Amino acid sequence: MTNHQHRGTFASASPALVVGDGRTARHATLLAILLLAVVFLILPGLTAQTAAMNLQVVKSQKGINAWLVEDHTAPIITIGFVFDGGTAQDPVGKVGLANLMAGLFDEGSGELDSDAFQLKLDGAGAEMGFNAWRDGIYGSMRMLSERKDAAFDLLRIAINRPRFDQEPVDRVRAQILSSIIAKEREPHAIAELVWRSRIYGTHPYSRPDKGTKESLAGIVPADLSAFHTAMFARDGLHVAVVGDIDAKALSEKLDQLFANLPQKQALAPVPDIAPKLGQWTLVAYDLPQTSLQLAFPGIGPNDPEFYAAQLINDILGGLPFTSRLFQEVREKRGLAYDIESNLEGYQHSDALVVTTSTRADRAAETLGAIRQVIKELAETGPTETELEASKKYSIGAYAINNLDSSSSIAATLIGLQLDKHGIDYIQRRPALIEQVNLDQVKATAKKLLSAEPAIMGVGPRLDIKG
Amino acid sequence: MPGTLPIISPPQSEPWTKVPFHRLRRAFIATALILATTPPVLAANDDGRVTDFLLYNGMEVVVIPDHHAPIVTHMVWYKIGSADESPGKSGIAHFFEHLMFKATANHATGELTRAVAEIGGSINAFTNRDFTAFFETVTPSALEQMMGFEADRMRNLILTDDVVKIERDVVLEERRWRIETNPGAILDEAVDATLWQNQPYRIPVIGWMHEIAQLNRTDAVAFYNKYYSPNNAVLVVAGDVEPETVKVLAEKTYGKVPRGPELLPRVRPVEPQQNTKRTVTLTDARVSVPRFSTHWVVPSYRTAEPGEAEALDLLAEILGGGSRSRLYQALVVKEGVATGASARFQGASLDATNFAISVSPRGDAKLADLEAAAGAEVARIAKDGVGNDELDMAKDRLNRSEIFAQDQQSYIANIYGSTLATGGTLKDVEEWPDRIRKVTADQVKAVAARYLVPGHSTTGYLVPKTEN
Repeated sequence: MTNHQHRGTFASASPALVVGDGRTARHATLLAILLLAVVFLILPGLTAQTAAMNLQVVKSQKGINAWLVEDHTAPIITIGFVFDGGTAQDPVGKVGLANLMAGLFDEGSGELDSDAFQLKLDGAGAEMGFNAWRDGIYGSMRMLSERKDAAFDLLRIAINRPRFDQEPVDRVRAQILSSIIAKEREPHAIAELVWRSRIYGTHPYSRPDKGTKESLAGIVPADLSAFHTAMFARDGLHVAVVGDIDAKALSEKLDQLFANLPQKQALAPVPDIAPKLGQWTLVAYDLPQTSLQLAFPGIGPNDPEFYAAQLINDILGGLPFTSRLFQEVREKRGLAYDIESNLEGYQHSDALVVTTSTRADRAAETLGAIRQVIKELAETGPTETELEASKKYSIGAYAINNLDSSSSIAATLIGLQLDKHGIDYIQRRPALIEQVNLDQVKATAKKLLSAEPAIMGVGPRLDIKG
Repeated sequence: MPGTLPIISPPQSEPWTKVPFHRLRRAFIATALILATTPPVLAANDDGRVTDFLLYNGMEVVVIPDHHAPIVTHMVWYKIGSADESPGKSGIAHFFEHLMFKATANHATGELTRAVAEIGGSINAFTNRDFTAFFETVTPSALEQMMGFEADRMRNLILTDDVVKIERDVVLEERRWRIETNPGAILDEAVDATLWQNQPYRIPVIGWMHEIAQLNRTDAVAFYNKYYSPNNAVLVVAGDVEPETVKVLAEKTYGKVPRGPELLPRVRPVEPQQNTKRTVTLTDARVSVPRFSTHWVVPSYRTAEPGEAEALDLLAEILGGGSRSRLYQALVVKEGVATGASARFQGASLDATNFAISVSPRGDAKLADLEAAAGAEVARIAKDGVGNDELDMAKDRLNRSEIFAQDQQSYIANIYGSTLATGGTLKDVEEWPDRIRKVTADQVKAVAARYLVPGHSTTGYLVPKTEN
């Protein structure tokens, strides 16, 4: 998943979902063994330097599961969780509901109004955050372990008893509205919406995550309460905890936080959709640069070709500095500062997306260079050397980037649950990558990169087709 | 870090790590602060014995042991930033940062980045007004190799006209990408150029377009020979290593690099007395929601009288540090005239620095009214001071942010690096929590009254261009 990052190119309104690809684990059946502990090494093979990461599944008395990494080196606890659904669940006519709701969890809960809640939260020394993404609503809290009781208690009422009082609803709505209006004349934001509707048609993914002026105006507190009840339920919940807490203490906290939520989510069905490729979108705007994005087919994490696709993406444009696109477009020709590709995975759609920004008067040349790199990779595949290098990168980077801090560990563990991986996945992952051979990556390269992409250009000149 | 320019755009972080790290301003040694605020957990952390030493060639070394993951962050900080550039050569510091990734006498272009990629590590570099830093995050077993590469490129770079020309094109694209396509960034540049009447902070770190376009190989080589030497560098190693090991490795690698020319003290032009209120306006068709920010010249940790910079950090927190701050509560929550209101103080700076507040309107609220309302909040602190309770809460927020920062190895490394590269010492970092704790309400009031003077400020307005 290291290179399976969304850098806001496909979805600049909801950037950066590193935590897997939002695939649900709706029917996850984790072993119901209390405190099943699996101790493993983060970096097999680096015997002298390895640190054991104690990962275990904690199942509370009332049946809430969480993945826990107990770590007492700092007096901090980080909890992350996600409820399936996300902005894709916004009802028709109420687009932006999930995002608005996510902005209201520290604006009053239970007996506490907005002001009282925030004062208590501040006093508890905790930081809480909620975000709505395409396929899930993410929550997190970071707290000092010595004040964890007060912090968890506030998280409990935030999750279970949000008030959605009119004043904070109107205030947060006004903030979101302002951010929507702020982008109304911003060319890249305009282009992003055009792009979404071109590749997703009328699918929920085509909608603006924050909603529109009209849809936000129509949302009332009762909509928020109903949506909360529909989304915040136990069967759509995934939890990860890292830090200064043991399994027994966590088990009690899990029951306090989540056991009283409804059993089942009420999710509207969202169809899978393949992005519509083979089309051009040109947005004319007088800018000093032309930005380009190209979408090719992608592959999801439960597909047998997933690791081959990841390696191909790394070789193409995922690896910083050493990828083919970086070398050809930036290093050899000086045509761009930012040039990269990403394997973007959502629960219902996958794509491999290349993005760059380049001098307007040389945009056609840049696009030509990009397409030539892609054509060569599709036709002849990577070299054995490139494959080996990208495998080493993919294996090593997982430990360095995904497991380097409490929040990245928690994010990774949530992602693993969403991807329906087992608790032993981190151990198994290196072998899954190692076993990909040259023929397989060649076949995957051909399959993904031979497709005629969707291409968008935003800039002053539209003569980029070459 | 604000105001820094990385050589490649760093990946964005996952949704919930966007916990408000904006409050983090300074670092600390884990134990020092916990001792003061949270005694029961002191024993939980035995890391944090930060060690420093000097190599024979004058290179400073700081080692921050942190064993909670088997990784190490290796950084070299050069005490050279955009504010040290010669007139007419704006952008050379940042441009040179890019050139450091080119071939040396011993390694072809790309060998270093490939070596890092094979480990799965990360590598990047950044430049700001006072320093330039290069870093790799790798497994501890690769530390020596990284030190070898970094020591090599400190002196053995080979620059050709072709290499310089192509990379200059990359930097020009970077400027277009960062600045020219972004009205807010264009305004920020103009505000800096107005706020600073004499100090080189008035020149953008990335450089002016027309001056970047003129930079050449001769400029680059001269810059390299003058500033890239062990006696102008600080090595910061944070992570799963011991100081003894780092010392041995540093002597084997950096220790072999000869001492460079003696550099004069970094005495740069400083600001005259501020006497005026200035305004800068950018009207742009891409803007639909206006905003303003007001900036004042204030002392940095390096230039301030004892306690003043700490008081400014707390003032920024109380005035506009988050949703509990005075500006946010007054303008966003109570009056409902703004959608955002914040304050910022950039304390880690070699010369005098800036303190800024910024506000964006809600609905039809007028910027002039918001400016008056924000000004009233500033004036209220300058006149009536702050309450002891709110001061304690602000201290608590700074303190816990620093505790949370223990989890971010690179953040701690950045604090040490930026402090040492701007004339600070280890002691400054270590004693910071204690100095914050000692700040009184009177001191906060005094810095507000002394420095946030309405008539001595620069305000930038970002305004929509209307059709007529």
